[in-house]
Amino acid sequence: MTQHAVRVEGLTRRFGASVAVDGIAFTVAPGELFGLVGPDGAGKTTTLRMLAGVLRPSEGDAVLEGVSVAREPERVKHSIAYMSQRFGLYADLTVLENLSFYADLYEVPRDERPGRLERLFRFSNLAPFRDRLAGQLSGGMKQKLGLSCALIHQPRILLLDEPTLGVDPISRRDLWLIVHEMVAEGVTVVVSTSYLDEAERFDRVAFLHEGRIVALDTPAALRGAAGGVIFAVAAADLRGARDRLRRIAEVRRATVFGDRLHVVAGSADDGDRIARALTDEGMDGVEVRRIEPTLEDVFIDHVTAKAG
Amino acid sequence: MLSRTRLLAVSRKEVLQLRRDTRSLVLAFLLPVLLLVLFGYAITWDVNDVPTAVLDRDRTSRSRELVEAFPASGYFTITERVERPAEIDRLLDRSAVRLVLVIPPGFAADLDAGRPARLQALVDGSDANTATIVLGYTRGIVQSFSVDAVVNGATVRPPVEARSRVWYNEELESKNMIVPGLVAVIMMIIAAMLTSLTIAREWERGTMEQLASTPVHRVEVVLGKLLPYLAIGMIDVGVVSVVGVLLFDVPFRGNAALLAVLSLAFLTGALGLGMFISAVARSQLLATQIAMVATFLPAFLLSGFMFSIDVMPRVLQAITYLVPARYFLVVTRGIFLKGVGVEVLRVQGLLMIAFLVLGLFLATRVFRKEIQ
Amino acid sequence: MTAVVAEDLTKTFGDFIAVDRVTFTVESGEIFGFLGPNGAGKTTTIKMMAGLVPPTSGRGAVAGHDIRTESAAIKRSIGYMSQLFSLYGDLTVEENIAFFSRLYGVPRPRRAARRDWVLKTAGLGDQRRRLTADLPLGWKQRLALGCAVLHEPPILFLDEPTSGVDPITRRRFWDLINRLADGGTTVFVTTHYMEEAEYCHRLALMNRGRLIALDAPSSLRGAAGEPLLEVETDDPARTVAALRGAPGVVDAAMFGRAVHVAVQDPRAGRAAVAAALGEHGLTATRVAEVAPTLEDVFVALVRAEGGAPVE
Repeated sequence: MTQHAVRVEGLTRRFGASVAVDGIAFTVAPGELFGLVGPDGAGKTTTLRMLAGVLRPSEGDAVLEGVSVAREPERVKHSIAYMSQRFGLYADLTVLENLSFYADLYEVPRDERPGRLERLFRFSNLAPFRDRLAGQLSGGMKQKLGLSCALIHQPRILLLDEPTLGVDPISRRDLWLIVHEMVAEGVTVVVSTSYLDEAERFDRVAFLHEGRIVALDTPAALRGAAGGVIFAVAAADLRGARDRLRRIAEVRRATVFGDRLHVVAGSADDGDRIARALTDEGMDGVEVRRIEPTLEDVFIDHVTAKAG
Repeated sequence: MLSRTRLLAVSRKEVLQLRRDTRSLVLAFLLPVLLLVLFGYAITWDVNDVPTAVLDRDRTSRSRELVEAFPASGYFTITERVERPAEIDRLLDRSAVRLVLVIPPGFAADLDAGRPARLQALVDGSDANTATIVLGYTRGIVQSFSVDAVVNGATVRPPVEARSRVWYNEELESKNMIVPGLVAVIMMIIAAMLTSLTIAREWERGTMEQLASTPVHRVEVVLGKLLPYLAIGMIDVGVVSVVGVLLFDVPFRGNAALLAVLSLAFLTGALGLGMFISAVARSQLLATQIAMVATFLPAFLLSGFMFSIDVMPRVLQAITYLVPARYFLVVTRGIFLKGVGVEVLRVQGLLMIAFLVLGLFLATRVFRKEIQ
Repeated sequence: MTAVVAEDLTKTFGDFIAVDRVTFTVESGEIFGFLGPNGAGKTTTIKMMAGLVPPTSGRGAVAGHDIRTESAAIKRSIGYMSQLFSLYGDLTVEENIAFFSRLYGVPRPRRAARRDWVLKTAGLGDQRRRLTADLPLGWKQRLALGCAVLHEPPILFLDEPTSGVDPITRRRFWDLINRLADGGTTVFVTTHYMEEAEYCHRLALMNRGRLIALDAPSSLRGAAGEPLLEVETDDPARTVAALRGAPGVVDAAMFGRAVHVAVQDPRAGRAAVAAALGEHGLTATRVAEVAPTLEDVFVALVRAEGGAPVE
């Protein structure tokens, strides 16, 4: 049995009377891309901060590469890298100065630096901006710099807190390419995100809600376990269609998903019923097609179930 | 295990940031120079050309002699000669003059007859500092006039008595006393204003969280941040001392190396204190305010720099024992003006070292890089 | 009725052209979306329209008021929710509402009614005495939106209002926006969530300060560049690496758990994909030609504009 890269047991964190993280437990295998998904306030940031040794657990422990974060937080830091949700680098230092600073903090051998820098620049396209102050970079570039600083010492575990939040789709794609490249090289990545389409690509996903894990599995398994059958419904008046369908007995849930509705029903036969319900109302442009549930559907399922 | 690479990396980062931070640079270098100029030139406790009014009701050659002694001293200038007492109120109210000399009729006659002759000196007491000095000079001039009078044949008892109507305050010092004191004040500014910002700023900007996730040790952070400010502080000490000596003719009679060592100790303690405040406050605004009240103001007001401790109320005197700058002032004044060495300054020297230890201890023990 | 007009709107900072001759109109009751990479000029444009930043050249009008000369009147007619959270954490929900009603000049007799409306629509009725800082992000956003419309402005400017908020709360937020739009409020919104772009009546795509596309989402999707293949494999990352640079492939990127491949020609494209995958030992479980999503459109348009977005 391979040693877990990350093992979390009964991890808890309280802030005064409120419990931000409530006894969560999970393991991450070496080289796995593990995702934490959940609404704001679910405990993702708090969990990652505890794993990074930036926040002490109230109870429980996390063991990273065999080192306990509760007992030896400083030892853990040599083999991990953490990227905070808020931009954590120095806006008044240049790209290169930030990278050199982090190289020093991790005591990266001097002769290895040029090679590593060159590689990081290639990934991130930051080379033309090496002398630009970090504060003057756009959002996407800042995140790439953050990721580069995290990777300069070649950590075995990467902890990323919503690395693509507020970043435009193009920079987001670039960032994920870097992350996937790292995973391919055997780096273990624990990442939190609120973009569920990104979660589809993780090896395993944990849904967090109010400090607890409500579901934990591969995306495929999570999708497979989704209750009911999902139809993608198009209509000229999407919201009107939604409101109409919510009144039908067969429909468990109808949610807007971009330019379509995702309608959860009991069986595949319900598709006709749904279509008829809309055309009977005189709605235009009605199309009903059965689809595979997306992770977002599954997420909504779990959270609304929790909310009762 | 502390790593030199990491410690120096923190220092290098601070230097790079300082170079680009105009506000801090101004505080670090411009402010000390400004203070030096201010205290050296503009604010002088020495009094010159005090506008004076004279009401001479005797109008004898003797009374005129006395009156002329005032401008002759260089401290006073007769700007008004009044005829009636009513005019005196008007002049003092408007602050047109700071001193009014009233010589009663029969002044010369009293002098010649060996009786005590009177001179009335009315001083504008609304500026108590100047008033005290004016009175002091007046007394001096009158004294030497008396001596002359005795020598020239009057009786032994001081023939002229000056009566004052303003209460005595304390004696203020001239720039010779100020420059050494300025060294201490400037160091407190560096500590109060600059270092109090450095840790709080990282918390506010979110860089501390990121830093906390690296293997850097908190002692490396504190010491690494301390070094650049230590260098700045010592440069400031050097500049102020050199300019003070060369430009303002402040004497330097002691050992420069001793001054450097004790300054280093004091500065380190002050910086440690500043960082302690920064670590506790976690917000730049709060840190600056605490630093002002806890370090800068006491150094300025209670160290003996502005106001002599001997004349303070007992309660304040007791408090000054807790102000590190008080002891440092003894050191600087001792080295600059008295030329004394370790034998005399032994106690102060040990206290400086204790301050260094305390400052570093507070900073490194209290600062934590983790959240909460 | 035209609610917002911009004509050749330009803003320069020294040599840097932040907004370059942008022209558009927005009708009353429309939800108008603004998409673009960071640094494209979206926030600067919004600030000019809101009367917060003077334009270097060009004209604009909001609710009939000129943006240069009548910026005070504009501020009374708009609601503005900036990306930086602008409510007071140490005030309760009720206190924030009260403060902003006074600030926006809500007439005294209307205040109670407006307050209750905000509490109801934001779903914060039983949280009214809670400190704003203690609310979860999604609730804060709803409160901020509520406060921005206390004075019932005809026009609403929202800058990334749902960043970081979970999918459910995000939908609730958009329901609110839709309801406001149905009531005649014009909504001007920037977002990075491509699916939210779909909720808009019309979209403007900005890149490097210029407007590179302006149309309804459905039309934009129809007019996208190259044909698109959706390829499903069990290793999307390696698939992307394998397909990028393959002959006939314009671009490849991960999309959900599949890979979207822009090809020059659908048939040749399929062959190229099969070949490239085969070379790398990958097998496709599904290859289908799909209609491009807005994200694909966005990327294609920006690529056509000259590659990487402005930094």
